[in-house]
Amino acid sequence: MNRHAFLRGGRAAALLLLLTACAGGAPSPEVRGTGDLGIVIGRATGQVMVVDNDRRRALAMVDGLGDLSHASAVYSHDERYAFIAGRDGGLTKVDLLRGRIVKRILQAGNSIGLSISEDGRIIAVQNYKPGGVRFFDAETLAPLSTLETGSRVVGLADAPGQRFVFSLFDTGEIWLADLSDPRHPTVRKFTDVGREPYDGLITPDGHYYIAGLFGEDGLDLLDMWHPERGVHRILDHYGEGHPPLPVYKMPHLRGWAQAGRQILVPAVGHHEVLVIDTDTWTEKARIPVAGQPVFVIARPDHRQVWVNFAFPDNGTLQVIDLESDTVIDTLHPGRAILHMEFTPRGDQVWVSARDDNKVLVFDTASRKIVATLPMPSPSGIFFSDRAHKIGL
Amino acid sequence: MKAASPLALLALAALAASPALAASPGPARQAELVHLLRQDCGACHGMRLKGGLGSSLQPADIAGVDDDILVKTILDGRPGTPMPPWRPFLSEDEARWLVGYLRQGGKNE
Repeated sequence: MNRHAFLRGGRAAALLLLLTACAGGAPSPEVRGTGDLGIVIGRATGQVMVVDNDRRRALAMVDGLGDLSHASAVYSHDERYAFIAGRDGGLTKVDLLRGRIVKRILQAGNSIGLSISEDGRIIAVQNYKPGGVRFFDAETLAPLSTLETGSRVVGLADAPGQRFVFSLFDTGEIWLADLSDPRHPTVRKFTDVGREPYDGLITPDGHYYIAGLFGEDGLDLLDMWHPERGVHRILDHYGEGHPPLPVYKMPHLRGWAQAGRQILVPAVGHHEVLVIDTDTWTEKARIPVAGQPVFVIARPDHRQVWVNFAFPDNGTLQVIDLESDTVIDTLHPGRAILHMEFTPRGDQVWVSARDDNKVLVFDTASRKIVATLPMPSPSGIFFSDRAHKIGL
Repeated sequence: MKAASPLALLALAALAASPALAASPGPARQAELVHLLRQDCGACHGMRLKGGLGSSLQPADIAGVDDDILVKTILDGRPGTPMPPWRPFLSEDEARWLVGYLRQGGKNE
């Protein structure tokens, strides 16, 4: 749409309203981009907060998104629309500029996450109940097709070539779906890949898919360039000789920490971060940390990795230096630190402190808090630059 | 809200008659337990306890399971599944109070 069309009529009015409501100052008919925008999930209140991560402020609060425990979000290619999947099976499309819901559907009984296709036209939602993946038109949220799996689906990721890859918790499988024809997906199934895959990640170049296993010590590796070569076990028996500790929250792999020729992932049942050498796909190091890691996320410059932890250590954050593979800082910024998201260039990291009802903004160089935004029960934070990242 | 089912009323009556009531946690601790249940148990069971990676904890879905088994599951976990033991964080009386809370569909807030 050209600028003149955008400024005409209702759209311009809505945009003006948003800016008036949020800036608190004199309204200005500003036309703005969305590259510095994002959302914060309010898990208990069914809200999302639209934020500006350059000015470190809230722009709008959007209500009516249902049960947002374990919600996640992806973005349209133009970084204007966020698609949010909630626990209750809701799929909601939010317009960041207008600060409101465009469309909301209930597509399943119990849902766990979503992905957007390479071409930005297909939203894939992974469901627990009924177990499967459903595909929707990103423009209208009209259903396109469904893959029934007979298992809860975890670790969904988009991949180059209009593909999606995901794992099946109950049956121990990895499925690779080709959506070249969105109404007739084709699937290549990999069975007997291990007990209880709990999440997956795709490397930022889309080359490898890695699924973590809960039911045994190890990870599964699938070369997305050569799926015909099958799934291979890596880091088999990494916990051997160390009885597993209780896991009070499942770790997450999505959000990856690939930095140079290494990938860092949470160990399961061990208070360690595992470092995988991507030349040999063997364990390069293991880094002792403060608890069961949940998210292990690299700063965009790949010099640091920030880690948060499961209950009861969820008030702690640790920073790992990737030159030395050691913890260089331990922070106690608040209660129930659920998620963190780096700004696109990595100068800030936004952190949700659920039980303090706050979002904390850290300067990643000084590791000092430079801003605080009030938000009820904040959880996932998703910035719009995810629109252009494979697997996010 | 639906009218309380006969089963829930039965559970309520059983709870009221049980000696566990004498050891019920105080209001502040009850609030903490509900927070723990919704937020931290909710990580797997869902904030609304309808299930996720963990099973549903809705009254109808736990109706066939004895209180003692539920209490033991909370305290000691279920070996061979991801359900961990919560004994370090709550007492048996508190686990029993939570079971009563679940039986009533979490409506005694």
